[in-house]
Amino acid sequence: MKRIGVPLVACRDLTLGYEGRTVVEGLSFTVGEGDRLIVFGENGSGKSTLMKAMLRLTAPLSGTVEYGGGLSNKDIGYLPQQTSAQKDFPASVREVVRSGLLGRRGLRPYYDKAERRAADDAMDRFGIRALSARCYRELSGGQQQRVLLARAMCAGRRAVFLDEPTAGLDPQATAEFYALVKGVGDGGVTVVMVSHDMAAVGNATHILHIGGKSALYDGPVDGYAESGVGFPTAGLGVGTG
Amino acid sequence: MTDVLGQIGYYLTEFTFVRYAMVVGILIALCSSLLGVTLVLKRLSFIGDGLSHVAFGATAIAAAINLSGNMLIVLPITVLSAVLLLRSKQGAVIKGDAALAMISVSSLAIGYLIMNVFSKSSSFSSNLSADVCTTLFGSTSILTLSESDVIVCAAMSVAVIAVFLFSYHRIFSLTFDEDFAAATGGRVKAYNLLLAAVIAVVIVVAMNLVGALLISALVIFPALSAMRVFRSFKSVTICSVAVSAICTTVGILASIVVGTPVGSTIVAVYIVGFGMLSAAGSILRRS
Repeated sequence: MKRIGVPLVACRDLTLGYEGRTVVEGLSFTVGEGDRLIVFGENGSGKSTLMKAMLRLTAPLSGTVEYGGGLSNKDIGYLPQQTSAQKDFPASVREVVRSGLLGRRGLRPYYDKAERRAADDAMDRFGIRALSARCYRELSGGQQQRVLLARAMCAGRRAVFLDEPTAGLDPQATAEFYALVKGVGDGGVTVVMVSHDMAAVGNATHILHIGGKSALYDGPVDGYAESGVGFPTAGLGVGTG
Repeated sequence: MTDVLGQIGYYLTEFTFVRYAMVVGILIALCSSLLGVTLVLKRLSFIGDGLSHVAFGATAIAAAINLSGNMLIVLPITVLSAVLLLRSKQGAVIKGDAALAMISVSSLAIGYLIMNVFSKSSSFSSNLSADVCTTLFGSTSILTLSESDVIVCAAMSVAVIAVFLFSYHRIFSLTFDEDFAAATGGRVKAYNLLLAAVIAVVIVVAMNLVGALLISALVIFPALSAMRVFRSFKSVTICSVAVSAICTTVGILASIVVGTPVGSTIVAVYIVGFGMLSAAGSILRRS
């Protein structure tokens, strides 16, 4: 992708793998400030591994991930896939959302008034304020994802990374979630989303489609449909959300 | 009933040492229950068990080389093992639970072996099986705790509680979602290291009260009991602290009155407490 200015995230010549298996080789791309990039790929194509490498959670086998424009992990929000431990974790919605604020504060042990208000605002924005005292694990899938999006937005003022955020959601909850993500992007926050749901295209400015260990498509969303790279069902999904 | 209360009153007023032991017992229970919530939720319940076996082995070594302050050797070894075990998740030669089982049985075996081989040395009493029994199941009576034990235990418990209160929100974040904490700029490695060290301290301290084999109960029962009823991290933490304080007090007093071993009495009371909160939880959910 050719961009003007310094890219926010620049991946150069990445080779990624997990469990001793190489899934991506020699991948280079950049994410510009304000982009909404969707990373497509089949299951096992290395999408989540790529996202973890972009977040510097796991080191690539080779290649580099560089942050530009003064970006650091403290400016980043992340919506990971759910872990099995979270399914019986006693945590209120408020506790989960507030924990998004922790990354960029010093050693001060407790939240101050401004931080509590920031968490409340995030809950208002994603329509979960009324649930703030409820237990996270007792919410519906759509509500849980809103909670995690609110937490991500508490953490990330400049960029959010979403890993399969609509997996397991019904079509209506999925559409509602995409509308919220669109709002986030319209607010100037850079969005990187991993998905295998073609309906997500409506949210993107750029697409990176990986498969067969390399990029099948890397560019603006406009050229994606003509490229023929999309999944067989691509035509059905484009434009929704 | 008045008889029992009279007897408890007699012990508490006549022997200052019983009072100190009570205070220490409760402090130990408090810090193990605070960490228990995190250990249970991170699926690390067995870490406490494994570490206590390591501490047993280290105690045997300390006794064998005639070290008077055995904390000096037990604590570093246990902390090191805790750090290694908590880190073993990523790229270990032998995976998680297998590594833990291996380390814990090895320490137990080597510890007992050392105790036997060196039993002629002066630091062991002539009654080896009593020594082993005390290390595994705790002092037969709370009155046999030495004064230096009490002071060291109290100081370390207070330190653990202080660390927990200071990093409460970060411990929550780390427990709920470690990847998120790391991705958004949290110092996950540092806090994991801190957590490992604190867990090891708790194990070593608690060993004096209930012995190596029963420590896990102190760590997991309060958290599991609280999770039967409560639904947020804060309420679970507060409830497990309350459960551990009440059960430990009842257990220590009962052991004094009835003359039973402290450790197993406390654990028996924890089991009753778990039963009661489970019942309360299912009643609440039905209504």
